[in-house]
Amino acid sequence: MDDPVQLTEFGKILLIGVMGVLLVLFTLLLGKIVSPKKPTPEKLTTYECGEEATGSSWISFNSRFYVIALVFLLFDVELIFVFPWATVFGQAELIAADSRWGWFTLAEMAIFIGILVVGLVYVWKKGDLEWVKPQVALPRVNVNIPKSAYDKLNQERYRIRAFKPETAPQETKKPDTGGAETKKPAFKPLFRKPGGTPS
Amino acid sequence: MSIDKQLERNGVVIAKLDDLLNWARLSSMWPMSFGIACCAIEMMGAMAATYDLDRFGVFPRPSPRQSDVMIIAGTVTFKMADRIRRLYEQMPDPKYVISMGSCANCGGPYWQHGYHVVKGVDRIIPVDIYVQGCPPRPEALIGAFLELQKKIAGEHILADKLQPSRA
Repeated sequence: MDDPVQLTEFGKILLIGVMGVLLVLFTLLLGKIVSPKKPTPEKLTTYECGEEATGSSWISFNSRFYVIALVFLLFDVELIFVFPWATVFGQAELIAADSRWGWFTLAEMAIFIGILVVGLVYVWKKGDLEWVKPQVALPRVNVNIPKSAYDKLNQERYRIRAFKPETAPQETKKPDTGGAETKKPAFKPLFRKPGGTPS
Repeated sequence: MSIDKQLERNGVVIAKLDDLLNWARLSSMWPMSFGIACCAIEMMGAMAATYDLDRFGVFPRPSPRQSDVMIIAGTVTFKMADRIRRLYEQMPDPKYVISMGSCANCGGPYWQHGYHVVKGVDRIIPVDIYVQGCPPRPEALIGAFLELQKKIAGEHILADKLQPSRA
């Protein structure tokens, strides 16, 4: 470790990072030097899968998303704190050394989560988590058809014929006319011999 | 091009650099993943395991900004023609177009009565390689890429850039 030539583990990581940045910069620079540049107004337009981009992408968002995002972030960060707490403070040796240690850490975490839960209750109470539900308005149309007509139509039932395994339909035997009167095909392909006279 | 002519034109360093660049470009022709009709099925077949276009460095890209080649795989309708031209315009130079299949070449089965079909994609964008077939087999598409490699190998971008008067 005291040898100045020796790289520390962090030094190796730094070296990898520096080399990564340099390589990326080198490739970008090479592309900048080598690549032909022929910008046209059409080429500089936004890529929208071939569609023409219309309007602005700076549209206004519902501000409710902001509250939801904040609440999410709160509990996201809380979870990040809970993991190291569980691994570090929950070590068996520490608890074995002093029995009060386990209760102390548990109380600590209870206070921490309690404060956050108070915030959640507050948000809940304020109604910030309630989403605006669309009010369903059933369309009403004045129709002069009386309701009884619809009722009659709805009450109509179709009779279902009882299932009966029928015997196969008997093939009616055609009178045998012999081979003389076989039906001719409707379309007769015409083959012309090469070089023959056109008919 | 003979070595004498190369020397006469560019000087050997630029020619060799151009060769290097061309080798790099023809070894990694990235097509835009863009299929319009049934030829795209054959294109997918060509890119999948059996024919494996990846061994030629052909690797579909999801954006025209990253791609070099555009494979027009299918029937070009008038509705799509607008989009195709815009996508082609949005590709960075140098860019190439492979017209795959009869529909893209000349309208194919719709050449006479197809009121909705562009009679050949070369009416809207310049085409480098035409692949015949309806649809062409994956081998034909691989052949098109080999032809395109030959075409790229004969180009000299650097020389044109450094000595535009001689281009």
